[in-house]
Amino acid sequence: MGVSEPRAEQAKASLPTVAPTAPAIAAPAPDPIVLSTRGLSVWYGSALALRDITIDIPRNQITALIGPSGCGKSTLIRCFNRMNDLINGARMEGEVRFDGELISAPGIDPVGLRRRIGMVFQKPNPFPKSIYNNVAWGARINGYRGDLDDLVERSLRRAALWDEVKTKLNRSGLELSGGQQQRLCIARTLAVEPEVILMDEPCSALDPISTARVEDLMDDLKNDYTIVIVTHNMQQARRVSDRTACLMLDEAPGEGHRTGILAEFSPTDLLFTNPKDPRTEAYITGRIG
Amino acid sequence: MKPNEAARFHPDRWIRRLCGPLFAATCLLATCTGVVVLLVVLGSIVTAALQGPPENPWTAIVPNWSELLALVRKLAAATQSSEPESTGYRVGLAGSLWLLGLVAVIGIPVGVGAGVYLEEYAPPGRLRRLIQTNIANLAGVPSIVYGILGLALFVRAFGIKALALGPTLLAGALTLSLLILPIIVITTQEALRAVPQSLRQAALALGATRWQVVRDHVLPSALPGILTGTILGLSRAIGETAPLLMVGAAGAILRPPAGPLDRYSALPVEIYNYAREPDRHYQIVAAGGILILVALLLTMNAAAIVIRNRFRRYHHG
Repeated sequence: MGVSEPRAEQAKASLPTVAPTAPAIAAPAPDPIVLSTRGLSVWYGSALALRDITIDIPRNQITALIGPSGCGKSTLIRCFNRMNDLINGARMEGEVRFDGELISAPGIDPVGLRRRIGMVFQKPNPFPKSIYNNVAWGARINGYRGDLDDLVERSLRRAALWDEVKTKLNRSGLELSGGQQQRLCIARTLAVEPEVILMDEPCSALDPISTARVEDLMDDLKNDYTIVIVTHNMQQARRVSDRTACLMLDEAPGEGHRTGILAEFSPTDLLFTNPKDPRTEAYITGRIG
Repeated sequence: MKPNEAARFHPDRWIRRLCGPLFAATCLLATCTGVVVLLVVLGSIVTAALQGPPENPWTAIVPNWSELLALVRKLAAATQSSEPESTGYRVGLAGSLWLLGLVAVIGIPVGVGAGVYLEEYAPPGRLRRLIQTNIANLAGVPSIVYGILGLALFVRAFGIKALALGPTLLAGALTLSLLILPIIVITTQEALRAVPQSLRQAALALGATRWQVVRDHVLPSALPGILTGTILGLSRAIGETAPLLMVGAAGAILRPPAGPLDRYSALPVEIYNYAREPDRHYQIVAAGGILILVALLLTMNAAAIVIRNRFRRYHHG
């Protein structure tokens, strides 16, 4: 935007005349990173699904992952909370770090990791229990000591669902509409107080009004949580996210199967107005994907 | 569409019109056959209970309803005796109910546990497939083979006197538990498989251990199916005669069993013994016994349906 241009010009003008030990304009401090991967590759059986992904997810921002179908976006976020461990035949190589620590280190408990990195799925899947128990269950099994009623109310308020359900907390979660069910799923994820929330196409099964509500919710949540969202909807990525990563399918010869790779990762505005990679440009203008 | 292209389709062929109703009629005939056979069998048992082997089974049921009930009540209350007029199934009924209880306590936890392990915990692979195939095969083994196994293993303990149970209730119950184990394992697995994977994933994503997911989500959802399977298994166990004969259910015993290590008899065994007698009066007694057994089975199946419906309504509300 307009703010950085004069700075860049000033930096270019002043570099040759300033002594090398004193930087003219300090580069903006890098955002603190909460999740990072280095050279991450994922196989399902013998098929390579993701190749050599290196990405840093900044804290307290919304990062969007876009790309054509089958390029490995869901696979990537499932690596972060080790949900891929549950898939038969899935194999991971490379490093994934959460708060600087390797998540695949032998001492790391995936169960504890999954409390800190929550996940919201594409199709809303509330438990066949009451609304109250939907939100409270996660906290109970993680040994929550404190007022459960208060936690349930806080989580439902945070998920912008409290006013709609406060008089019917004992009714089944399955009685709610699609948009409400998805907000219930977000509330139950919030109840275990995670640091990161992974969202796998959370709005693709919802109508536009519910989608708008969930997007408003995301904007409110990013102050306290880091959000990574996979989306097919590029307008949504532009609306909600701070940074966007574009994954592409690589036409590697001799493999017989296309593999997902990271084409570009930039601040959202830059990626959509001035993409560096030609494949990204082709995707966002609709020529491919 | 242009007229000459439409002419290539002939939707009104008469054979297409005929096949639909013909298929439906065939299926209806198959259903009726099953129902009719069942009614004939039941009718002839009822007439046999009332007046001996059937002469005209159909007319005997309704007018003699109270007489039938009185006969069944008498048979259920009387103890076995050498006189056909005063004999009854009290001891056999007691033995069957004891067996029901013991098999439920022994067989159900083992069967459901095995089903849960195979479906939720066992890593998929060749070993799991091998176990599953073998269990499916065991479900088809004739019941007398289980009787022979029970005789060698539980009654005689391969000759080890200290472990041998002898012809007691416990040996009979263990044999019957083995018999219905494959059924329970398979129906449990089917019920667990019907639980959607999305439910497990949602629970695991909240930082739950696998045990917490199974205990709080998978098992409650699968409970109606598991209950139905266990009650069907128990129904089968109640009606089995051959294995009980092999492990020594007594033919002539005059008191109900006092405990699991007591000698016993069972309803199907007593029916079998009466049916073998040439005396026509014993035939009537045997028929009455069959009616008691059928009543017991119908009650158990009705209970299965009621329990399943109640759980379904409670859970998916």
